[in-house]
Amino acid sequence: MKDILKINESVKPKFPKHVRFRHNKARDEWVVLAPERLVKLDPVAVEILKLVDGKVSVGEISADLSKKFNAPKEVIMKDVIEMLQELSDKGFIEE
Amino acid sequence: MKSDELKSGSKQLKTASEHGIQAPLALLAELSHRCPLQCPYCSNPVQLEKKTGELTTDEWKSVIDQAVDMGMHQIHLSGGEPTVRHDLEDIVEHCTVKGLYTNLITSGVLLNPDRLKKLEKLGLEHVQLSFQDTDNENADRIGGYKGGHAKKLEVAKWVREVELPLTCNCVVHRQNIDNLENFIQMALDLDAERVEIAQVQYYGWALKNRAAFIPTPEQLDHATEIVEKARIDLKGKLVIDYVIPDYYAKHPKNCMGGWGRRFLNMNPKGEVLPCHAAETIPHLKFDNVREKSLKWIWENSEAFNLYRGTDWMPDPCKSCDRKEIDWGGCRCQAMALTGDAKNTDPACSISPLHKEIFAMAAEEARRAPPEFIYRRYGVRFNSPI
Repeated sequence: MKDILKINESVKPKFPKHVRFRHNKARDEWVVLAPERLVKLDPVAVEILKLVDGKVSVGEISADLSKKFNAPKEVIMKDVIEMLQELSDKGFIEE
Repeated sequence: MKSDELKSGSKQLKTASEHGIQAPLALLAELSHRCPLQCPYCSNPVQLEKKTGELTTDEWKSVIDQAVDMGMHQIHLSGGEPTVRHDLEDIVEHCTVKGLYTNLITSGVLLNPDRLKKLEKLGLEHVQLSFQDTDNENADRIGGYKGGHAKKLEVAKWVREVELPLTCNCVVHRQNIDNLENFIQMALDLDAERVEIAQVQYYGWALKNRAAFIPTPEQLDHATEIVEKARIDLKGKLVIDYVIPDYYAKHPKNCMGGWGRRFLNMNPKGEVLPCHAAETIPHLKFDNVREKSLKWIWENSEAFNLYRGTDWMPDPCKSCDRKEIDWGGCRCQAMALTGDAKNTDPACSISPLHKEIFAMAAEEARRAPPEFIYRRYGVRFNSPI
């Protein structure tokens, strides 16, 4: 049985096997797909999820985005943690 | 048939795009109506399609291509029992090559480890396995298939062995609702990602057996309490989807997210339906992918446009401020219980028929359940109990 995941700086998030982060060509949009679920994403969420691969940590994702968007890492990390926690609570992200 | 429905063909119905409706999100593909189980609450139409009329492999592949080109995200391979088709592997492979999220909805009893392994290799992404009860004997009695439950438990293990994600589909009603906690525990024991606790919905074959299935309001309240507690306790561990019997709801369900708004359903012979029960509405004429493109059908098919939006609604729906929330509820249920698909779904507390139907169902729930009327169809895979 899986334990509840608490997202923090050192967690290396990944998508569970039944969850797909996929680009829909015809619609030209990124979505998260799970059985009978479809999560539409805002552009920030898409940028975060593009970095999720099970190898890099939340801290590293935040640092990467902080450079890319020229914003303080702490501010970015707050958003990253919040979004990943929300997805994790719904079963769309695991470690 | 009502006279206004007769005329509807000549009326200029608004199309999908005129309603501001985009491409559908998912396709429910009923590959075959054949099924070894005989569940008395089967959601397939009362008139089933024979094997000879089923779409061919190439026809399904063309449908899949069209679905992807339209921008659909998901496909649910369902039935009947989809694994009766020997070309299931070809269909799965085509879906995944094209990038559809591919889900198999199965009773499991015809599967073996090799076939599951193959399906996983070909890209199948998820399996939904149906369970009739957690009690062996009662499960087999409900499904009308001896040894079925034991086989399903084995199949669930095979699913996890090839690391395919699993949802346990549990249909609950008053003859198994007392095992609700066991259903949730079973899902945990089987290492499922998700469990669907769905109360029987009463149309098609299930309506014939309503008196055998409808729970009492007390049973339902108790079940809801259990689910709500489990949802908190198991947050982040197990996803629990819960569907109550809408007879006991205040508002009707937002059926299919609104008629012809989000999903489409294809039956084994290629007819395109707004929902899997739509064939119970006798005046609907369905277009077929053998004659028209899927895109044309979604946009123009009369069966879709007849109940799209809100223009078709009579009162009390027309003047209701929830009309674009629940879209009048379920058209098939309105048809089955009131004789007119345009009427407000009697599951709605505002429906003039709600009280009468609710009282009838509650009365049925208090009486001893009658014998099941089983549905028997297709090949005899083993002897009925």
